[in-house]
Amino acid sequence: MTEHLPVLQVAIPMMAALVSALIPRGRVAWGWAVATCWIGLGISMLILGQVLAGGTISYELGGWAAPWGIEYRIDHVNAFVLLIVSGIGAVVAPFARLSLEREIEPSHLPRFYAAFLLCLSGLLGITVTGDVFNLFVFLEVSSLTSYTMVAMGQDRRALTAAYRYLIMGSIGATFIVIGVGLLYAMTGTLNMADLAERIPEVASTRTVPVAFGFLTVGISLKLALFPLHLWLPNAYTYSPSAATAFLAATATKVAVYVLLRFFFTVFGASFSFDVMQLDYVLLPLGLVAIFSMSMVAIFQENVKRMLAYSSLAQIGYMVLGISFASVTGLTAGILHLFNHAVIKCALFLAVGSVFYRIGSVRISAMAGVGRQMPWTMGAFVLGGFSLIGVPLTVGFISKWYLILAAIERGWWPVAGLILITSLMAVVYIWRVVESAYFQPAPGGRESAREAPLALLLPTWALIIANLYFGIDASLTTGVAIEAARALLGVGS
Amino acid sequence: MEFVFGYYNYLAVVFLMMLGFYIVVSRGNLVKTLVGLSVFQTSVFIFYISLARIRGGTAPIYVEGETLYSSPLPQVLILTAIVVSISTTALGLAIVVRIREAYGTIEEDEIDGIEYAEEVGVPDIRWS
Repeated sequence: MTEHLPVLQVAIPMMAALVSALIPRGRVAWGWAVATCWIGLGISMLILGQVLAGGTISYELGGWAAPWGIEYRIDHVNAFVLLIVSGIGAVVAPFARLSLEREIEPSHLPRFYAAFLLCLSGLLGITVTGDVFNLFVFLEVSSLTSYTMVAMGQDRRALTAAYRYLIMGSIGATFIVIGVGLLYAMTGTLNMADLAERIPEVASTRTVPVAFGFLTVGISLKLALFPLHLWLPNAYTYSPSAATAFLAATATKVAVYVLLRFFFTVFGASFSFDVMQLDYVLLPLGLVAIFSMSMVAIFQENVKRMLAYSSLAQIGYMVLGISFASVTGLTAGILHLFNHAVIKCALFLAVGSVFYRIGSVRISAMAGVGRQMPWTMGAFVLGGFSLIGVPLTVGFISKWYLILAAIERGWWPVAGLILITSLMAVVYIWRVVESAYFQPAPGGRESAREAPLALLLPTWALIIANLYFGIDASLTTGVAIEAARALLGVGS
Repeated sequence: MEFVFGYYNYLAVVFLMMLGFYIVVSRGNLVKTLVGLSVFQTSVFIFYISLARIRGGTAPIYVEGETLYSSPLPQVLILTAIVVSISTTALGLAIVVRIREAYGTIEEDEIDGIEYAEEVGVPDIRWS
């Protein structure tokens, strides 16, 4: 049984999604989805345990040996990403019931959960697979279902957001297929480990750099790297709260993982950074993303959109960490992958709880909410601290490693910019706090109460994770350092 | 000349790819954009299929006396990719139908104008 965990991780949510679509009642479908997500979390914990104890797991799908068959290959990097994705799924699913009952048509609920589970399955599939074409298929499974979830938002702008997301996402995916096709033409294989062995022989041809370019652009579209981010703000703003929290915490993170996998495992760090000089592309784009997106976030009226722009800035931090191409830099990037998932999911859940009570996420409409919903806004403030990078929160840990990596390279201006942009986060979080705590509640909303426990518990679970992994970061940093070493091919 | 004839399949693929991509970028009509996307994706399918063709090779079915076969793998891959592409187009068209119901138009600039007016509270006069 335990040797089949890699495939069960993907297959269980996929099968459960089919069942969910057939369930007529929203509540039953919800219970089904929650159970599936919790089983998924259990499986990914077991897998992480196996990897930590015994090293890389290789699973042959259907018994066909790699490189002919599809191989699922799990090392420290993807075991960690698996845990992030299924953990976020397990937290968001319980939150979803009340939140969604308010935000989407009751008759759509079972299908929403089906899309949610399929998306989860797709994201987990991207993470476990060791086959580049299989990766594309799972990427499309998760993307198509994300478009569906975004389009289920109440506001009609959700539809245009979903449409734009669909066009940009499909272009990104097609770019990835072109890149994969070119690699296949040169090497005759689709298995990642096999590709990594064969690419050096043909690396001097023109085809391989072209494939590299297509893959970089395609994946950057998926992870919303500046300037390919235009689909993201509206998609996060207008989709249902639960979908936003889930997608913000997982979809872009998995794309960052794909980037890592291609640059470091398939092409190898020396090809990516010495030959293709990727750092000259990623470093400026990351810095511009951090600075400009934080700036834009400051001027947003809609809290969800503000957090969406903040997510784009945080993606900049991850890409910045990757662009250092050092063990510390990669550790920072991978740590921030986990930390930002926990931070942003908590913040979006808190905002979703506010929406549940007051029906708006505008900063002006949130006036006085701090006194009416102390627990919800308390969670928002703590999550905000973490986003800023206050000590004793996870945000601090990732900023710490990022600055260490910058100093290690001797790039003081970069380290300074990281600190300055953290202060910009203070500004946009403060705008919400100011409205929520220091403004009187507008008339007609005196009776707004604390959010129900079913919404508070998932939010606070993540806030506690924020604090716990901020105080005792030994598990997360340990795995991240191992993962960074494995990616760079440096022995531990 | 040899370049043109020797690589005519790739040239056709690149032409279709650019054509599809140009339609996606340049057209303001939501359905036309999807058509462009389909052309763009199809060009990649042709690229994969033509990749697998060997001159003189037959279909990859075992027959007595044949030794040269085309590779079946790209065709299988593209079978999957076609399914993905169809789903994308279907989902895209479904969203366009709902956009038409919600906005009364499928022209991107008109929708932008409506959204701008909704957000800012005044009619969009940027382009007029």
